[in-house]
Amino acid sequence: MALLEVNNLNTHFFTRNGVIKAVDGISFSLEEGEILGIVGESGAGKSITGFSMLGLIDKPGKIVEGEIIFNGEDLVKKSEEELQKIRGNEIAMIFQDPQTSLNPVINIGHQLMETILYHNPSVSKKDAYNACIDILKLVGLPAADKRMKSYPHQLSGGMKQRVVIAMALLNNPKLLIADEPTTALDVTIQAQILYLMKKLSSNFNSSLILITHDIAVVSQLCDKIAVMYAGRIVEYGKKEDIIFNPQHPYTKGLIECLPKLDDDKERLYQIPGIMPSLLSLPKGCYFKDRCEYADGECDVYPPEQEINGRRIFCHKVK
Amino acid sequence: MSQSEVKLLEVKDVEKIFNVKVGTFEKKDLHALNKVSFDIFKGKTLSLVGESGCGKTTVGKVILGLYQASNGSVDFQNRDIAQLSPAQRGSLQKDIQMIFQDPYSSLNPRKKIKTILEQPLKIHTKMNKKERLETILELCDDVGIDHSYLGRYPHQFSGGQRQRIAIARAMILKPEIILADEPISALDVSIQAQILNLMMDLKEKYKMTMLFITHDISVVKHLSDYVAVMYLGEIVEYASKKELFKSPQHPYTKMLFSTVPDIHTPLATESVLKTGEIQSPIDLPIGCFFANRCPYKEDVCEKEHPLLIDLGANHLARCPRIGEF
Repeated sequence: MALLEVNNLNTHFFTRNGVIKAVDGISFSLEEGEILGIVGESGAGKSITGFSMLGLIDKPGKIVEGEIIFNGEDLVKKSEEELQKIRGNEIAMIFQDPQTSLNPVINIGHQLMETILYHNPSVSKKDAYNACIDILKLVGLPAADKRMKSYPHQLSGGMKQRVVIAMALLNNPKLLIADEPTTALDVTIQAQILYLMKKLSSNFNSSLILITHDIAVVSQLCDKIAVMYAGRIVEYGKKEDIIFNPQHPYTKGLIECLPKLDDDKERLYQIPGIMPSLLSLPKGCYFKDRCEYADGECDVYPPEQEINGRRIFCHKVK
Repeated sequence: MSQSEVKLLEVKDVEKIFNVKVGTFEKKDLHALNKVSFDIFKGKTLSLVGESGCGKTTVGKVILGLYQASNGSVDFQNRDIAQLSPAQRGSLQKDIQMIFQDPYSSLNPRKKIKTILEQPLKIHTKMNKKERLETILELCDDVGIDHSYLGRYPHQFSGGQRQRIAIARAMILKPEIILADEPISALDVSIQAQILNLMMDLKEKYKMTMLFITHDISVVKHLSDYVAVMYLGEIVEYASKKELFKSPQHPYTKMLFSTVPDIHTPLATESVLKTGEIQSPIDLPIGCFFANRCPYKEDVCEKEHPLLIDLGANHLARCPRIGEF
């Protein structure tokens, strides 16, 4: 049985201007120890998908339909109190900006220990302290015992992100959700953090959902990839299939527009236009206005096709 | 560095030292820039590449006049502009314009796009209303902003469109030099490609001179003529783009190349964890600044500070052991 199974998840926001279908009927599954990448542009609904897993959807947003089966239990049906026991314990999340995900007026040690003590009140403070030191060493933070007394502003961006990762791993979560964990970091530090996440997820046998706009990052880390566009998944399958043989025009575009070091071409490929507002989506395929293959057929939203284990939504792929 | 082209701006031995608090009573010198020298040629783009904290933005701010240099000179239009106060710079502002990293904070949220674009023209030119509007409309076509958007406010635009507006604002006075400080890092990869292509088109059309500041060496390739790699406030490698991409020499440049995520190369191995982080620019070491992260370090590296060595063909690198690894 899969560790996580998301079926027809719909998270909508009820605003004054209309209903925004930020997540509009997506389904995917994740086995134990597997890494799934969710890729797409800003506003595609990737982060909301992540937040939905943890029940972090505030008003005017609401999960209106669908189920999130984690370990055999439906998270959508759980109360806030039950979710609090799961958050930071069985499912942990790493947010994009390490600067804002740590409390600036509490030292690192206190914040880390709180994570353990909240979920396991029986653990002694001393044991919790030692566990924190161990995990900080594991994520490669030098002088761990000194760092326990540091405040977030005394650390660099890369160090803070290591602390956040350490915090997420403290309770040995079965599922880790990382929302753009390296976007705020330098390329050199990004490589270190990505390597670390891959290593730790295999050490702990944790599953990982990596949310990012950069398909190059996803390709280096993930086993499976879901490409999202305007609240829906447009292509979903094994990494090898999606990266080396993309079928959906949007996925192709995302790969094509990456700057390449070894290519001598001056101009970059660009996907024309921008993602439509979720309040005024076009009729039919949401991508058709930016798609070079679009024709009359695309005025109807493409049905799901399954080709060799890959799910794809496009009329032009046969 | 090449003589065949016309020098527009010359940065010579610029130093910037900040006196910062390190304890309750103690202050120390933070060396943000250590004798940085480079030339910017007319119609060419120089890229400054390096990690956060390497001083690349400080260079831009010194040229722009937001910081005054502690030492050294910046020669532009036959005068040294490095130590001028903002008031003394006066009309210089018209010739040096900037594109900032974050298009969400660099546009005034209370002003309409038309007002934002018109303001520089009102201040620096004697154009009348009609001429101003014509200039704005022409530039809007160039950067791909629909004329009907001029009455809108910045919050009504996406990040990519805002950056187009910021580019238009920087270009509207036809400045001699544009400083672009990480203009695409805050954008999605797909939008990055659009903005990079736009900047390439504009560079060609207006023969634009540009200083392009970025931490991502993979985007440098598409826009630059020359590349300077910076580390802890000094240039560690300088070459033409072709040369640098063909044969990077400095260990730091090599490290930058190796960490770029690419769909065709697998994730870096254990060795990437040993590459560490940039150190604090307070209390800089005597020897090579990069020594503590360098995989090729030897004892000599910690004793003597390396000089920029000319490797021929305008290729400079700050490492005494080039060719040994």
